[in-house]
Amino acid sequence: MELVCPAGNLPSLKAAVDNGADAVYIGFKNETNARHFAGLNFGHKQIEQGLAHARNHGSQVYVAINTYPQPDNFTKWEEAVDQAAELGVDALILADIGVMDYAATKWPDLRLHLSVQGSATSHEAIRFYAEQFGIKRAVVPRVLSLKQVAALVDQSPIPIEVFGFGSLCVMVEGRCFLSSYVTGQGPNTFGACSPASFVRWSEKDSKLETRLNGVLIDCVGKGENAGYPTVCKGRFKVNGETSYAIEEPTSLNTLPILPELLKIGVAAVKIEGRQRSPAYVAKVTSVLRAAIDSCKRDPENYQPDRAWLSQLRALSEGTQTTLGAYERHWQ
Amino acid sequence: MNVARARKRLSLGPVQYFWPREKLLDFYRSIESTPVDIVYLGETVCSKRRSFRHKDWIDVAERLQIAGKEVVLSTLALIEASSELGLVRKLCKNGNFTVEANDMSAVQMLAGEMDFVGGPSLNIYNVATLRKLASMGLTRWVMPVELAQKALLGFSREMPAGIEVELFAWGRLPLAYSARCYTARAHNVPKDACEYCCIDYPDGLMLSTREEESFLMINGIQTQSAKIHSLLHELSNPESGVDILRISPQSEHTEQVISVFDQVRAGDLDAQETSNELAPFAAFGMCNGYWHDDAGMASYSTGHGP
Repeated sequence: MELVCPAGNLPSLKAAVDNGADAVYIGFKNETNARHFAGLNFGHKQIEQGLAHARNHGSQVYVAINTYPQPDNFTKWEEAVDQAAELGVDALILADIGVMDYAATKWPDLRLHLSVQGSATSHEAIRFYAEQFGIKRAVVPRVLSLKQVAALVDQSPIPIEVFGFGSLCVMVEGRCFLSSYVTGQGPNTFGACSPASFVRWSEKDSKLETRLNGVLIDCVGKGENAGYPTVCKGRFKVNGETSYAIEEPTSLNTLPILPELLKIGVAAVKIEGRQRSPAYVAKVTSVLRAAIDSCKRDPENYQPDRAWLSQLRALSEGTQTTLGAYERHWQ
Repeated sequence: MNVARARKRLSLGPVQYFWPREKLLDFYRSIESTPVDIVYLGETVCSKRRSFRHKDWIDVAERLQIAGKEVVLSTLALIEASSELGLVRKLCKNGNFTVEANDMSAVQMLAGEMDFVGGPSLNIYNVATLRKLASMGLTRWVMPVELAQKALLGFSREMPAGIEVELFAWGRLPLAYSARCYTARAHNVPKDACEYCCIDYPDGLMLSTREEESFLMINGIQTQSAKIHSLLHELSNPESGVDILRISPQSEHTEQVISVFDQVRAGDLDAQETSNELAPFAAFGMCNGYWHDDAGMASYSTGHGP
């Protein structure tokens, strides 16, 4: 079971590699990937340096080109594919059928993975990508229960990668328009959810209001933590009650179910968070590395270390974690 | 191009909500005499909803076909369990009616077997994708709701031959799908213990902001816009490249909405003036921002964007 770690810049890539990542995934400095944030991501030269560092330590580098181009900008995605292929990266993580068609035709020897943004949740959907484009691995959305993941691994024609830790998308990835509905920019076409340019924080009656393009997402009192205003983690009124109607600020954490993921035959566990700092990447990578190694040594008697759990909790949204959809009760 | 402009067709999308069996039967009986040309049938949101079994859908499909409608069977948008894959397979092998694929599982089952419609929850954002799927049997493309008119213009120049374009032109926008049921969550129970509570919300459950702005509509595992997305004015735009306008069913007034669309299509009503006639059917306002390359919730009063 491989550990796949995020990097938004060269220091993060080094932190991931040095702390035991089997593979690091990165993106270019534009909207061709789903973490299109100001000041983040890699240029040509940084990828060369990152590749050299990863190779020296036996790690791989994957490049995410996992957003959806439109007719007027399709060539930008083709250029990203060409650039990554020419750099000799280990795999591309793709979502768009047109981009896959281009990559598979032009670079037949290049390893392709299906991004979580491709929204494939069944073996039939995965078979489509494997048969049409020779996709070698699929990253699945955070909507399947553990039992469903097991069935999928069993029936999928290619290995499956799942999310192991990080911010939790509660909607099926690649099919969530909440951000674009409110701001005009969303993950699929712009490569970002709730872009910072639309976020406003303001004090009103000694409370802190957070707004996304004018829409009130949350309002917190003194001493309460104000989370980043993604629509799915806001507090709203439903049937007269105010609550986190969709989901609380929380992060996904699979440390308690690592033995099951291993036993099922999951090929890789992915950490979310290319937008996070090198220090964050270093800590989360080292905890997941230790946990996976411990689990592999003795899966029967594996227990997540208390120190690991508290370290991860401290790095989580709202300083709390969840098993998300892996657990039926969450659904 | 100076060919005669084809008359735009009207379609009725699948019912997105959980309605009781009698209501569904009555609803589709009433649709038989409306001027919609195409009717999409089937459960696209939650496989637990079973007012209708497969046979019931086929029965309604046959009646609508006799009434002169083109009938298309729509598949579930989110597939999680193998039983759900079984439901999709059954639709794909129905042997008579065209199928709208709302997930790549359905595309995989239909490809090379029979022509199909690419539903609004398939991510078809560019010509290369559309062309690939057209080579596998896609003959009609329902645009992703977040695509703008200018994106469609980009398609028009290289549109593969024989592909029809359908637009989500009236209804609450399907914005997201999840493993979690938010209607059940509002009732403080998990999805497995939902007791079909969404049957109490025939147009969804309102989610408003803390300052009482009507924001989203919860519909089980689906999240919709509270506002009605209206692109009525595209009916009177002969150059739009749109062949079909889709009306998404509401628990009330769907027939009146169809009638207004039909009158605008016939030229008996003016699209601009007609907005007022439709306003009563959109209690929480209308939007059309996506079409104008803006936030989906935004509203433009004219047919022309920024």
